[in-house]
Amino acid sequence: MQAAILEGGFVEAPIDSARAFRQIMTAMAQPGTINEVTGALPPAPLSIAAGVVLLTMCDPETPVFLTPKFDTDEVRAWITFHTGAPFTAANNAAFAVGAWGDLPLNEFSIGSSEYPDRSATLIVETDHLSVTGATLRGPGIKDTATLSLPDAQAFQNNALLFPLGLDFIFTCQSDLAALPRTTKVS
Amino acid sequence: MSDYNFAYLDEQTKRMIRRAILKGLAIPGYQVPFASREMPMPYGWGTGGVQVSAAVLTPEDTFKVIDQGADDTTNAVSIRRFFEKTADVAVTEATAEASVIQTRHRIPEQDLRADQILVYQVPIPEPLRFLEPSEVETRKMHALEEYGLMHVKLYEDISQHGAIATSYAYPVKVEGRYVMDPSPIPKFDNPKLNMAGIQLFGAGREQRIYAVPPYTDVVSLDFEDYPFEASKADHACDLCGATDSYLDELIVDDSGKRMFMCSDTDYCCSRRKAGHIGAQGVPYAEDAA
Repeated sequence: MQAAILEGGFVEAPIDSARAFRQIMTAMAQPGTINEVTGALPPAPLSIAAGVVLLTMCDPETPVFLTPKFDTDEVRAWITFHTGAPFTAANNAAFAVGAWGDLPLNEFSIGSSEYPDRSATLIVETDHLSVTGATLRGPGIKDTATLSLPDAQAFQNNALLFPLGLDFIFTCQSDLAALPRTTKVS
Repeated sequence: MSDYNFAYLDEQTKRMIRRAILKGLAIPGYQVPFASREMPMPYGWGTGGVQVSAAVLTPEDTFKVIDQGADDTTNAVSIRRFFEKTADVAVTEATAEASVIQTRHRIPEQDLRADQILVYQVPIPEPLRFLEPSEVETRKMHALEEYGLMHVKLYEDISQHGAIATSYAYPVKVEGRYVMDPSPIPKFDNPKLNMAGIQLFGAGREQRIYAVPPYTDVVSLDFEDYPFEASKADHACDLCGATDSYLDELIVDDSGKRMFMCSDTDYCCSRRKAGHIGAQGVPYAEDAA
């Protein structure tokens, strides 16, 4: 048990995180594209992609919120050992991990009008991720794109808050896609 | 490989910069504060761009650096060597072959693709700074979308000079929300800000990172009766004959003889290789470059 926590991190952190960040950044810059990431083997129920995002983006400066399903001793110990990120309630989180229905969307920080960047990034674990479904328009998208989203209304409401709002990274096994607050969903 | 950590910066610094880049992409045109580090080069030599490049480079990348369009100036050469040494990346002077391009004050003439990243070195990221010196005030102006002062500035240009005299660092509005300084690129380059590649802006001394995702709506500020005009010297390149590229004007002898040439050296060179010759040009020869 104890040894398992020490496993599953990046083998060569500077290189692995550089490659992972390129994929995460591309996903955020081009909503509707699905990118594959590798390098992390986190304990269940965390997916590989969610583990990679946590390893790449989180450290002691970023409070992390886990929904009850993901808030296990093993997940906590793995995140603590590999990133040093503290755990927190939803309203103080920089990053959050959970399934769509379990994330308390109204509790996360959406930033302030003077600092809209001080908003949470939600890692949404999904069972299915594909480039079919809701139509996306906005920055990063040439004309339109499509992405399997768990909801439409919530993202439309989030986009109305622009420049405030939440940003989403959808993870499914080793795939990820992103939806920034600027994307208009229909 | 060298004894440096990959791409020079430590991992925690890169994570901090990467978080700022992600928020910058999510809020196009908004300047995200970041804890800029001291780099082994002075402020004003591209420390912001270097930190952004360090955070995005991967070992598989091919890196290109231009300074005012040129690959072979001191600043461009030293930054290119810096990442050759610390990140072991391949380097190139060819725009089409590069996956990450760091630039000072130009956008390459050749259109960038979706898989290319353009990193700008930014001296003063705040477009309102010369109109309002207080950071507290300019932050409030961005929060309230209060950009009247910028239009007054452009209007004063017209009343004094008969046209909008601002010729570089020409302010743009991004996605209908934030007024942004595109860094001191000539306004000739402003239309190219709508591109397929990812654009990242780093200001080291001022500690700001901002971004423009691909295909983002970027509009140069203007007036209905004085529309924005992307201007350049009314001349063709004397080396390659191009009429569509941004030109530098050089005085080439003591009697004041002038010569216009492409500011984008790779563009000019590849045109000359393809057989184009300008008024004062000579046929391209491998050793003449």
